[in-house]
Amino acid sequence: MLSPADIDTLLLTFKVASIATILMLLFGTPLAWWLARTHSAWKGVINAIVAMPLVLPPTVLGFYLLVLLGPAGVIGRFTQWLGVGTLPFTFAGLVVASVLYSMPFVVQPLQASFTAIGEQPLEAAATLRASPLDTFFSVVMPLAKPGFLTASILGFAHTVGEFGVVLMVGGNIPDKTRVVSVQIYNHVEALEYTEAHWLAGGLLLFSFTVLLVLYTGLKTSPVAHQLK
Amino acid sequence: MFYKHLIHCLFIFGLVIWESATWAETTLVAVASDFTKPMNEIAVEFEKATGHVAKLSFGSSGKAFAQIQSGAPFEVYLSASDKYPLELEKSGFAVVDSHFVYAIGKLVLWSATPGYVDDQGEILKTGNFKHIALADPSHAPYGVVAEEVMKSQGVLDKLRPLFVMGENISQTFQFVSTGNAELGFVAFAQVVDIHSGKIASGSGWIIPNNLHSPFNQTAVLLKTGAENPAAIALVKFLKSPEARTIIEKYGFGLLH
Repeated sequence: MLSPADIDTLLLTFKVASIATILMLLFGTPLAWWLARTHSAWKGVINAIVAMPLVLPPTVLGFYLLVLLGPAGVIGRFTQWLGVGTLPFTFAGLVVASVLYSMPFVVQPLQASFTAIGEQPLEAAATLRASPLDTFFSVVMPLAKPGFLTASILGFAHTVGEFGVVLMVGGNIPDKTRVVSVQIYNHVEALEYTEAHWLAGGLLLFSFTVLLVLYTGLKTSPVAHQLK
Repeated sequence: MFYKHLIHCLFIFGLVIWESATWAETTLVAVASDFTKPMNEIAVEFEKATGHVAKLSFGSSGKAFAQIQSGAPFEVYLSASDKYPLELEKSGFAVVDSHFVYAIGKLVLWSATPGYVDDQGEILKTGNFKHIALADPSHAPYGVVAEEVMKSQGVLDKLRPLFVMGENISQTFQFVSTGNAELGFVAFAQVVDIHSGKIASGSGWIIPNNLHSPFNQTAVLLKTGAENPAAIALVKFLKSPEARTIIEKYGFGLLH
């Protein structure tokens, strides 16, 4: 069965994933909205940057983060100047790395559903003298609800499943940065296959359930359709 | 006349190809990541000396062990400890009694900052650092000996909350070399300057062998390679004076 240490890693994983998902929705929503509406020449560049983690091997991203966030790195110097020290090997560092790594899974579904809304509902709202902010909250958000659901589920699930980046940035510290994927890896490396099976099987079940909900529950949404 | 010459040349050319096809074999080798640098050089010399090719796959010893047991096509296995090769002989994946110590690992307490680590390791007792890096002792041999050293200095329990653990010794080295961990236990081979035999940069304490259990890096011939002349030749070459010179140059010890 699961040991107390295993349960700790599970709790920590869900904590990281929850906080990261909230942050990704906060930052990802305006970004996706801008990407869906803009005709700027920068659109292609920003789209490419957001999608980078899909292509880069996690160990590459993890290594660059380690260098950038470290005491000699640009971001590391900034965080030290702010007086919060450096981010690697901390819970906050894990959240920052997860946000960067899982961002495309939040931005892309949101962007797709914002684009699918089109101009008409926005123009209709404008003729009724709704402010842009009012339009966003009363028109766009309800219409893009399936997009928000997809983004939250994928962002959360992808953070739970990440491994390479957290291994590099986290430093495998019990209770602080040792998440479930790292714990499974540790079990396998230490030849504790039974323990590894319990955790890995649980994660398999979790992933399947999440994707099942996504594909059957959101059947009618344009975004879920796109994902197929 | 010209054609006769050409046919002659083709004949010789064909002979050469036939020769090399018969004699030059390839062997696939799993190598512990701390042995990356010396093994790359040994493979070059091995090819020069025998004509055989050694293809190298680097990673943690534990991972290679699990892969071999699941039927990975490695033919020679250079582990960072003696535990896994002996286990493979017992479980029938390796040729019985083929194991031998190819190098003795040396541990160093190292920092990327010059003058940070003193040459007696007093910093372990007095230092005011936030992180100390080591390879994960649950599966990495370098992590196991690092813990033994801290225990011998009476600082293990005090330092445990400051541990950051690399999956293997290469990752542990990255933690320290990027300055994210102020200091850490890494392989001497990772920081040695091969011309002077001293630590190339930063500062470090080369840890005496008597502070930890014997660190015998052991190799074994796997059953998959038992019939391959290249695999057998590589095992022999690892014990040759040429190979031993390279192994020592990179800061490893030898058994005798």
